[in-house]
Amino acid sequence: MNADKNTSAKLFEGWEAVIGLEIHVQLNTRTKMFCSCDVTFGEPPNTKVCPICLGHPGVLPVTNEKAVEYATKIALALNCSVAERTIFHRKNYFYPDLPKAYQISQYDLPLGLAGHLDVELDDGSEFRVGITRVHIEEDAGKLVHAGASGRINGADYSLADFNRGGTPLVEIVTEPDIRTPDQARAFLTQLRSLVQCLDVSDVNMEEGSLRCDANVSLRQPGEPLGTKTELKNMNSFRFLQRGLEAEIERQIDCLERGEKVIQSTVHFDPDSGTVSCLRSKEEAHDYRYFPEPDLAPIELDLSYVERVRASLPELPAARKERLVADYGLSAKDAVTLAGNKGLSDYFETLASATGDARISANWVLGELSGYLNAAGLDVSQSVVEAPGLAELIGLVTDGTLSGKMAKEVFEAMVTSGKDAKSIVADKGLGQISDLGELDSIVLQVIEANPGPAEQFRQGNQKVVGFFVGQVMKETKGQANPQMVNDLLKKHLA
Amino acid sequence: MAINVQGLTAHACRDLLASREVSSTELTQAYLDRIDEVDGRIQAYLLVDREGALEAAAAVDAKAPDQRKPWEGVPIALKDVLCTKGLETTCASRILKGYVPPYDATVVAKLRQAGLVFLGKLNMDEFAMGSSTENSAYQVTRNPWDCDRVPGGSSGGSAACVAASEAPWALGTDTGGSIRQPASFCGVTGLKPTYGAVSRYGLIAFASSLDQIGPLTRNTKDAAALLDLIAGRDPLDSTSTGLNEPAGIPTRGDLEGLRFGVVSELTGEACDPGVREVFQSAVDAIESVGGVCEPVSLPSVERGVAAYYLIAPSEASSNLARFDGVRYGHRSKHAEDLYEMYIHTRSEGFGAEVKRRIMIGTYALSAGYYDAYYAQAQRTRTLIIKDFEEVFRRFDYVISPTAPSVAFKIGEKVSDPLAMYLNDLCTIPVSLAALPGISIPAGFSAGMPVGLQIVGPHFSEHGILNAAHAVEQRLALDLVPPLEEVCG
Amino acid sequence: MISREEVEHVARLARLHFDDEELVRLQPELSGILDYVQQLSELDLSGLEPTSYAVALKNVLRADVPWEGLTNEEAMSNAPDDERGQFAVPRIG
Repeated sequence: MNADKNTSAKLFEGWEAVIGLEIHVQLNTRTKMFCSCDVTFGEPPNTKVCPICLGHPGVLPVTNEKAVEYATKIALALNCSVAERTIFHRKNYFYPDLPKAYQISQYDLPLGLAGHLDVELDDGSEFRVGITRVHIEEDAGKLVHAGASGRINGADYSLADFNRGGTPLVEIVTEPDIRTPDQARAFLTQLRSLVQCLDVSDVNMEEGSLRCDANVSLRQPGEPLGTKTELKNMNSFRFLQRGLEAEIERQIDCLERGEKVIQSTVHFDPDSGTVSCLRSKEEAHDYRYFPEPDLAPIELDLSYVERVRASLPELPAARKERLVADYGLSAKDAVTLAGNKGLSDYFETLASATGDARISANWVLGELSGYLNAAGLDVSQSVVEAPGLAELIGLVTDGTLSGKMAKEVFEAMVTSGKDAKSIVADKGLGQISDLGELDSIVLQVIEANPGPAEQFRQGNQKVVGFFVGQVMKETKGQANPQMVNDLLKKHLA
Repeated sequence: MAINVQGLTAHACRDLLASREVSSTELTQAYLDRIDEVDGRIQAYLLVDREGALEAAAAVDAKAPDQRKPWEGVPIALKDVLCTKGLETTCASRILKGYVPPYDATVVAKLRQAGLVFLGKLNMDEFAMGSSTENSAYQVTRNPWDCDRVPGGSSGGSAACVAASEAPWALGTDTGGSIRQPASFCGVTGLKPTYGAVSRYGLIAFASSLDQIGPLTRNTKDAAALLDLIAGRDPLDSTSTGLNEPAGIPTRGDLEGLRFGVVSELTGEACDPGVREVFQSAVDAIESVGGVCEPVSLPSVERGVAAYYLIAPSEASSNLARFDGVRYGHRSKHAEDLYEMYIHTRSEGFGAEVKRRIMIGTYALSAGYYDAYYAQAQRTRTLIIKDFEEVFRRFDYVISPTAPSVAFKIGEKVSDPLAMYLNDLCTIPVSLAALPGISIPAGFSAGMPVGLQIVGPHFSEHGILNAAHAVEQRLALDLVPPLEEVCG
Repeated sequence: MISREEVEHVARLARLHFDDEELVRLQPELSGILDYVQQLSELDLSGLEPTSYAVALKNVLRADVPWEGLTNEEAMSNAPDDERGQFAVPRIG
């Protein structure tokens, strides 16, 4: 089984954690899953609704063909087999955010089955997470709880907004192949990159277009599976990791006390970082699944599946391999770049323009990423585009700028929006590489400091640094460091 | 001029309007007067939209004759299970009291487009669950042939309305016989189309895989015309296909070369002697105009009621879950918390039969019972479908009485749900197989109408209507109930 | 035959409430109906597939093109209780 090859697995005080994830991806189709209302974000409540997504009497669903295509893309990207015949089921339960009191979902004939995603870890090791199923369903509306804390417990009443209701969702369920919170985070990060690359979703955890719940159980290695709990309410990668850590700890405490773990829903509280079991009035849900009589089955023939497969972009795994092979990047750098389609596109354009993959990678993963992260921007929003950065790099390569100067110029490019050459000209920043000019400055500095010059002749090599500093002071840091070094060695000798 | 609407067909109305003898306003007013005159006793209407009807009629009258579409200005009434934008729609339930749909059902939009004048909404069994219209939360509709008797159900309001000439024609719905059986009880013509022929968008759902909208009319010619007005594939209904060919105007006078299978399981001991007698006279009539009738056995039909009373309630339990007091309809005052709100809203809002069926359906779908109940019923359905397929290899049509009895007395069967369910013995298998079926008046037994059911293969509406037309012409029954005598 | 506990359980699932008097009447009614429909279990239908769909259609799909929905006023027009354009429901917890 998979766990044998899971070399990054570890135990928690002797217990093996068995983790499976249930991920929901909100698709960025133009319209909802079963009606033609716009899919939007942030609109005034109940303004992007119709009788269908409000669950009025007499309405009927009609399937969005784009959602089927996008779900097929996800299934193929996850190496699933796409069902020849897939049908919708009704999942029946009562809740105010569910207008029909049933969710149209999929049950025993989902769109995709038996896939996998190979996950790379920071230490370079890899492990495979099985994908049990990929299926299509519709989203519920949004509930706001009116009361002191805004939390459901203790609220006086709640308000329902159905703008989000009916949005297409793809549910991805993994096999319980994950063994640590780190692995879970890595898996989700790379799943996100994969789906982002397909351009079928914004996959933004904070906005809710990517959601993740976890099933967690503990066992002694080699023993049968323990009782699992369902861990919810983790809306960032960090919270996923912390939530899992907290739940594993909670279960360990429980088991070490000799108690049994009770199958329950566990709620993660982001403010305190703790988990708590939700006490629910009713027993486990009986969803009374039955095939949705209002919707026809979907039969995707081979030519359709192949068309969708052919339309898939280069996936992160393949891109990573290509970046290593074609550009000689390290595996670590390649993984980071491949994880963000926009960033790797930027890198390739840059590398092509500069002709130097290594320096391009350093800039993209260094200064550019630093700036984007600090400003909270996506690479598509970068003020500095690849050709502009290529020009800057060119100025370093041809000696006009030192590496240090180039970083300052980059910052100025970001804030002013101007190109590198203009900034260098405006600020008179050109690196001094004129031999004659530097020669005379070096000689001046040596003459002005006879003591240290003597120390050097006595054998103190380190004093060169002092002279370099003095030259830099004279030239406001613009002297070409390599040339200065050479000139000093020549004249001090 | 004073128009006598008694016995007036929709075609006759159309001719009156076309000849300019009568305006749509006059015609509409005549029907409104008729409603005022008799509906106090018949109780077919839940809502009469006098203002809306006269407004629509006036708009038609304002148009130049050559600007008008063929059926423009002819009145019609609608079973209150169909969503009418801006007009209260209740399904004869308390849980939808005051509900005003923000949209039209597709069939309603089509009729509006065609220029028909809506007189109002008709009574029914609550959420179409019933065979007598006694399950309405608001009123009991009376059979115009004997006001102490039920009109049948669930489209009892529609059938009684047409029988008593309170509208020239009406729309009803049929899930297990709810158009055909009331048509039989009230001496009118009722057609359940092939499943998918007519869009269900805006039809408040009872059993999704069985519900169909269809015409209740005074004759086959009107039924064909109304069917053609409402049929068609609808992009808002994923299960709709429309008809393969229009029903057209039935003209057939003889039945030469046609073979009719007489379903033995539905014509023997299952039926009252009086009904069997009338049915036999219908068989004689068929043979007298060249049709060949032969007995045929459809053994699985005896399992139909059981299968239906698992499938329909199961789907209904899910379809009716949306009535939870959150977004529309009744909300209980006993609503301390959400759970209380749900249970009290639904318990106050639904009648006893609806609750019974929700309970049966919820049980049949619940964990551990799904395969033994719901899935087994759906397999039985497959059996029934195959039986019909077999039969239609040898016969053009299949016939039986529409119902095992004539209209029973009000209150006679309410206390025994199972006895009530067995009323649908003859009509249910047709619904389960998604086949088209018509009921036409075949005669009378002890003064009460008896219906003949003719069933055909999928999308044989044109053929069925023609066959029915030939029998109708041969029988030439007088179908105007003597209301003053029987209803006081 | 359906027990009283089962009736109460099913009622909870269906969000229906019956008082003692109603339960006393309901239990035999439901039992009678279930006993009747139970006859189907006598049939050997193992060779047959359940009919999940009344018509043999497949791939009935809609183009991803938006339409004009309801205004907030229309959406809220039947609301039993609403606040700030949203549907209000009593406390859930």
